[in-house]
Amino acid sequence: MGMTMIEKILARSAGVSKVSPGEVVTVDVETAVVIDLNFLPHDWREPKKVWSPDKCVVIFDHIAPASDERSAILHTTGRDFVRNQKIKRFHDVGPDQGIAHQLVADFGYALPGTVLVCVDSHTCSGGAFNCAARGIGGPELIYVLATGKTWFQVGTTVRYEFHGALPPVLNSKDLIIHIANVYGDHATQNVEYAGPGVANMSLNARRTLSTMSAEISAEFATFEADELCQEYLRSRTDRPFEPQFPDPDASYDDVRTIDLSALEPLVAYPDTIVKNGRPVREAAGERVDQAFIGSCANGTLDDLEVAARIVKGRRVDSRVRFIVTPGSQAIYREALRRGYIADLMEAGAVVTASTCGACAGLSAGALAPGERCITASTRNYKGRMGSQEAEIFLASPATVAATALRGTITDPREFI
Amino acid sequence: MKLKGKTWKFGNDINTDLLLPVPVVFMPAEEQAKHVMEANRPGWVQQVRPGDVIVAGRNFGMGSGRPASRAVKGTGIVCVLAESINGLCFRNSVNFGLWAMEVPGVHAAFEEGDIAEVDFEAFTVRNARSKKVLKGRPFPQNLRDILAAGGIIPMLDAQGLLLPKLPPRGAAPRATGR
Repeated sequence: MGMTMIEKILARSAGVSKVSPGEVVTVDVETAVVIDLNFLPHDWREPKKVWSPDKCVVIFDHIAPASDERSAILHTTGRDFVRNQKIKRFHDVGPDQGIAHQLVADFGYALPGTVLVCVDSHTCSGGAFNCAARGIGGPELIYVLATGKTWFQVGTTVRYEFHGALPPVLNSKDLIIHIANVYGDHATQNVEYAGPGVANMSLNARRTLSTMSAEISAEFATFEADELCQEYLRSRTDRPFEPQFPDPDASYDDVRTIDLSALEPLVAYPDTIVKNGRPVREAAGERVDQAFIGSCANGTLDDLEVAARIVKGRRVDSRVRFIVTPGSQAIYREALRRGYIADLMEAGAVVTASTCGACAGLSAGALAPGERCITASTRNYKGRMGSQEAEIFLASPATVAATALRGTITDPREFI
Repeated sequence: MKLKGKTWKFGNDINTDLLLPVPVVFMPAEEQAKHVMEANRPGWVQQVRPGDVIVAGRNFGMGSGRPASRAVKGTGIVCVLAESINGLCFRNSVNFGLWAMEVPGVHAAFEEGDIAEVDFEAFTVRNARSKKVLKGRPFPQNLRDILAAGGIIPMLDAQGLLLPKLPPRGAAPRATGR
């Protein structure tokens, strides 16, 4: 019996020929990403010596620039760490600032066939690059920094085979809400995204899906590294990598086929995306106070482009705050050059510096009790964006932009 | 490791924003426990007694990588038994020394207030009222060693791998005068 994609990556990283579901395996970590939240005074402990400073990346993203003394101290602690341990790949507030998982993609830090870890649950984002990327929590990250190793319990795997292409204006956000609606959560399971339809998905589209796989509680979510992926990485890193492909006789919990061309815009209702989505046309008319585009899932140049295209020459409804946070400062600059930022701002959007920000209720876009937000970010749990009595609808950037124009949930196809 | 405690019941999909809301992440560790489940069960933390046990449904602790397990442990809860436990939450539980076991059928087998007798060598759970014994999903000795040490940080400290804990401070002194 062969191995699934993730089993191959874990076996390779463990230095063994075979791993099977149920096993706990110890693996070598290729990349450890440290973020500002790791440096909270009651959580952080610095290792005497980082096992391999060359395999370490430090990124300030959750509160960047610092919003108060407390977060400023996270950053000074982080800068001390970078200096003490001689870490070269450091993204401070400045031109290379951005959300960690976006920067991992922009800079080619997630290498096919390897293990990448970070405290944050949306680290699975790096699975778009055939990387066993996963959130491991703060204490485990300190263990990794000290030893270069971690453990994983090998889960069973579900394989999705995509066919066709998403219709215009649809986003992987619609696809993940569809998967969550039809199949529910994937707790204890890995997901493997494959099939001919993947060739029709940009790397941004793949990454939105891998990032959002945290919301269906997948253990790992991976794609194959096709030529598009490998060429992209080779243009950004000179580190070697060996993509891992599933064996033809691998064993799966289930193999599920999805025709991408048959999907329509979907919106998840407040509190979870699992079994909680509806077609946008059925949700039409729901009032919102705020519309947000951003986060590690949907702060890409493609997302800003579609939002700008929808709002260009129009006005955001006067009752709605439309907030846009690019995934990185590099994306922000490119969107400026292409005119997307002007289109968004002239329509009434507030564009912020790149940070996790409103997605986690941390800055620039928190919600009051009774308020409603539609968001193209990662997560819509109760209390996620501020008040526990606020309601968060989750949808694609196009749906969010269309909703910002009208003030009520709106199918983006009406504006394209 | 064997333990015994009064149970509190929760449903499926108890997420990390319920266990540890974002603003609470920034509070001192000892403050964090006071806010566990305040959105879904206000006042619960005040009722928990040291040694109590949580019995939950599927996918306990889904969501973020924040240190929710430490906050749960801080309430006095010593053990989480659930139909399934989110992988990241299970790892944090091990690393913060909060005993946790996946036990299929546990949600139906317990009424709130029942006493659970939990055995982390045999990986069994017994309901002292009904006498029913359930089999949990085992995990290896190295993870039990971390739990027994009170978590991964005490273990790393014992191995001499960490710098001493320093009080938080501002910017490093600059090399030049300004």
